[in-house]
Amino acid sequence: MLETLLFPFRHIGHLTVNAIWRLGFACRFLFAVLKASGQCFTRFGLVVREMYFAGVLSLIIIIVSGLFVGMVLGLQGYNTLARFGSSDALGALVALSLLRELGPVLAALLFASRSGSAMTAEIGLMKATEQLDAMAVMAVDPLARVVAPRFWAGILSMPVLAALFNVMGILGGYLVGVVMIGLDSGTYWSQMNNSVDLHFDVVNGLIKSLVFGIAVTLIAVFEGYDATPTAAGVSSATTRTVVTSALVILALDFILTAFMF
Amino acid sequence: MKRSTIDLWVGIFVAIGIAAVTFLALKVANLTPQSSDSTYTLYADFDNIGGLKVKAPVKSSGVVVGRVSAVTLDTKRYVAHVALTLDNRYRFSRDTSAEILTAGLLGEQYVGLTQGGDDVNLKAGDTLAITSSALVLEQLIGKFMTSFGEKGGDSHAASAAK
Repeated sequence: MLETLLFPFRHIGHLTVNAIWRLGFACRFLFAVLKASGQCFTRFGLVVREMYFAGVLSLIIIIVSGLFVGMVLGLQGYNTLARFGSSDALGALVALSLLRELGPVLAALLFASRSGSAMTAEIGLMKATEQLDAMAVMAVDPLARVVAPRFWAGILSMPVLAALFNVMGILGGYLVGVVMIGLDSGTYWSQMNNSVDLHFDVVNGLIKSLVFGIAVTLIAVFEGYDATPTAAGVSSATTRTVVTSALVILALDFILTAFMF
Repeated sequence: MKRSTIDLWVGIFVAIGIAAVTFLALKVANLTPQSSDSTYTLYADFDNIGGLKVKAPVKSSGVVVGRVSAVTLDTKRYVAHVALTLDNRYRFSRDTSAEILTAGLLGEQYVGLTQGGDDVNLKAGDTLAITSSALVLEQLIGKFMTSFGEKGGDSHAASAAK
């Protein structure tokens, strides 16, 4: 009787302890990866190779989504601004919302689902097929050879992708606002120039994307390294990567925005 | 995939990233000077420019003919010295007047040029002689309030009846 009453509490306690344990493990994992990162910079080819898979292959999805997000912003922004007779401010609206929020956040979400999940699946499968153990047996540190290059490649790729997303979004807004609706091209750019500040908006946005890059890639490699070495384990680890990344990106975005703007 | 191919693609990727950041810095946040080949500059002094900003459009009959390129304070006479960069295609006569207008009630402010009747056109570097200042809403309300107050207590009942 008492046992059945206590069971829910025991379950909650178990979940809490487990969550905190994983958080601590992820933290120690981060330091272990940083410690093993030396090889990445002496053999930079490893990082370049991973940048190809994480960054270059994400170009298409980033360009296309950036363009469409910018076009939607242009349409919706125009419809709303036109009601207040200030459709001239469309350029400022599109640029500011992209640079400050949408660019870094959406690029990071896309990056997490496109490259983060791939990293998790790859490392998880390597673990399941005992490739990581085989490396360790051959005195090759899997952290230095497999995890660290992916980690750094993700961090380096993320700001590039976010910047590209911003540019495509602004061009998308231009396409809808100026080419399709017929606002003045000069007003679009001049309103944008008036309201966008290089340090305050552009650099802060890039700092955001760098932070998201660190978070997403750490989650991805950690989930892969920590995956249960079975087919089901790898699949649930991949799912966890995408879900956790999305939540962490949005939470971090709120915190960073509160500090920055 | 060959190592050199990967290197090439990552090189292109990084180059695109640098190009994107440069675009954001130059075109969006605007750090560049404008090209001066196809434009010429006129000057105009205003008593009060209100919220006129650099890069605001210069319009004549509603058509954008140029941009405000600089706003400085003339410390001798204490008037705003505004540089207008105009398109070479558009020439204005010597007695052209400039006024600061607002697009809509809350819209951006711009400089409106009204062509005069003189045969001689303004040259680059000339100063517009006839200008009228921006309409500052606060001053207007202030004036209205003072004139309203001067009427005194006897009109109070009348305004209350409205």
